[in-house]
Amino acid sequence: MGSLNIENVKKAFGPVEVLKGINLEVTDGEFVVFVGPSGCGKSTLLRVIAGLEDSTSGRVVIDGADVSATPPAKRGIAMVFQTYALYPHLTVKNNMGLGLKQAGTPATEIDRRIGIASSMLSLEPYLARRPAELSGGQRQRVAIGRAVVREPKLFLFDEPLSNLDAALRVNTRLEIAQLHRRLKATMIYVTHDQVEAMTLADKIVVLNAGKIEQIGGPMELYNAPANEFVAGFIGSPKMNFVDGARLGETAKTIGVRPEHLTVDAKSGAWKGTVVHAEHLGADTNLYLDCEKAGLITVRIFGVYNAEPGATLYATPDPAKTYRFGADGKVLK
Amino acid sequence: MSTATHSLPRTIGAHAVLLTYTVIALFPVIIVIMNSFKSRAGIFGAPLTPPTPKTFDLIGYTTVIGQGDFIHYFQNSLVVTVASLFFVLLFGAMAAFALSEYRFRGNSLMGLYLALGIMIPIRLGTVAILQLMVASGLVNTLTALILVYTAQGLPLAVFILSEFMKQVSDDLKNAGRIDGLSEYTIFFRLVLPLVRPSMATVAVFTMIPIWNDLWFPLILAPSEETKTVTLGAQLFLGQFVTNWNAILAALSLAIMPVLILYVIFSRQLIRGITSGAVK
Ligand SMILES: Nc1ncnc2c1ncn2[C@@H]1O[C@H](COP(=O)(O)OP(=O)(O)O)[C@@H](O)[C@H]1O
Ligand SMILES: [Mg+2]
Repeated sequence: MGSLNIENVKKAFGPVEVLKGINLEVTDGEFVVFVGPSGCGKSTLLRVIAGLEDSTSGRVVIDGADVSATPPAKRGIAMVFQTYALYPHLTVKNNMGLGLKQAGTPATEIDRRIGIASSMLSLEPYLARRPAELSGGQRQRVAIGRAVVREPKLFLFDEPLSNLDAALRVNTRLEIAQLHRRLKATMIYVTHDQVEAMTLADKIVVLNAGKIEQIGGPMELYNAPANEFVAGFIGSPKMNFVDGARLGETAKTIGVRPEHLTVDAKSGAWKGTVVHAEHLGADTNLYLDCEKAGLITVRIFGVYNAEPGATLYATPDPAKTYRFGADGKVLK
Repeated sequence: MSTATHSLPRTIGAHAVLLTYTVIALFPVIIVIMNSFKSRAGIFGAPLTPPTPKTFDLIGYTTVIGQGDFIHYFQNSLVVTVASLFFVLLFGAMAAFALSEYRFRGNSLMGLYLALGIMIPIRLGTVAILQLMVASGLVNTLTALILVYTAQGLPLAVFILSEFMKQVSDDLKNAGRIDGLSEYTIFFRLVLPLVRPSMATVAVFTMIPIWNDLWFPLILAPSEETKTVTLGAQLFLGQFVTNWNAILAALSLAIMPVLILYVIFSRQLIRGITSGAVK
């Protein structure tokens, strides 16, 4: 149980086409992350899956059944929102139990499930409190608990960590990863943050302007991006793109990740001046203004001392250099 | 108390302006209340002085209470105001929810149509309204007044409330939908409590013109049975003699119920006006 098929789903708001034909297959127990820049239609796609938004055309199939005409509450899904969306007038316990109560689940069963979920998420001390009396991290755990007690076929997360501060984000990310391992449930997770996508996903779906750019595992996307957009979106710092013509190449654009460049003070492929250096301890990011390649980023593991204004030579690793055609696609 | 944001001259200046405004705004009310406790000679002899032992007189109040029906007029005003207020808030909020929540053909046209009433005074339609009430046998009933006032209050209510309802989190409503709540439950249990401050704002703006209205009671319900306070007070306003004591006493009494309703709503009202500024 818990598979999902999306078949040629399109969605338009008036004349604006937000989803331009999405096809996707999610198998049972998979953790799938939709990632893409803000406004590319990730939330809209998730809302179409949830049934909160009707698609203009196409089908959504959950567990082999076409749910296009099924209301959200009957689709066997649970959703966690960016803004927590807890009911302000209900206690934590009632927040978690409301969905089951509406579905007519017996009270003893509701209590049992709330018990399990609240111990899993360490929410027991807060069951009698209202959302206003909780911190942001606790609120998001309650929202996750509310999803867990429904025992859904499909968990939907819409940027659940965006409203948390950096430290809490890492913790909650870990908690969601553990939850997935324990429940073995199918989860769909939306984020604009490629780090979250890389760390959580079995499978990443990269969306851009309402279209799927590429589907694949984290390492697959990192090592073999299908096009310039995916190459630029996955990986941090971002991949360097250099105009092919300036390097005397036939490809329209040459791409090389900052970590696949080496620097040397005396000789190398691209001569440049250090514009700025970021010392992060474990790595050093150098920004070089190169004569041939323009402004590029180089990531060096460990400490590297370079003053702005110094002259350095950068050399790309030829095995890890990507060549893109005029249409943005990778040239084989 | 000279801090970065508060300097003494500025504080004094601000208070001076606010106090002046308060005095100007309260002046007529104070005069009315003060003079309602004075004898006729006191009112005309020295209208601006507070009642002294010599001029103190409750004749106005005894006349009003003694008139017998005044309690009944009060009751009528209260029934009309409260019932109209209830319907304006209920239907206004429901229409506002529909306009802000659902996408349907003609949504914005409908919103414009519903808000048009803000600019067109309902009194322009008095003749047609009267004909309608005569035809439906509602003349001289409180129902007639309640219907008219509900229609009069709705445009502003829909306009203000739909703006506020747009700000209610979509995620919250969607969470309710996923948990299987009906649209009515979402409206009454999730959305309404969150827009309570703006409801209070609308309530105050709706209530005062209804309570003070003379026009429609005079035209639609002038019978003894259905008279409102404002209409009842006209009793003392003769063509040749005017019973000022009674009029001032009636007006002073008429202030009370609105004042009470205002106090009930005002705490919410302040939040309504300042919400959006903070948070
Ligand atoms: N209810 C709506 N009406 C009109 N346009 C909408 C609506 N919801 C979303 N959009 C538009 O659809 C696009 C995608 O939105 P969304 O799915 O929220 O993006 P994301 O979650 O990827 O940031 C945006 O350009 C947004 O303006
Ligand atoms: Mg979004």
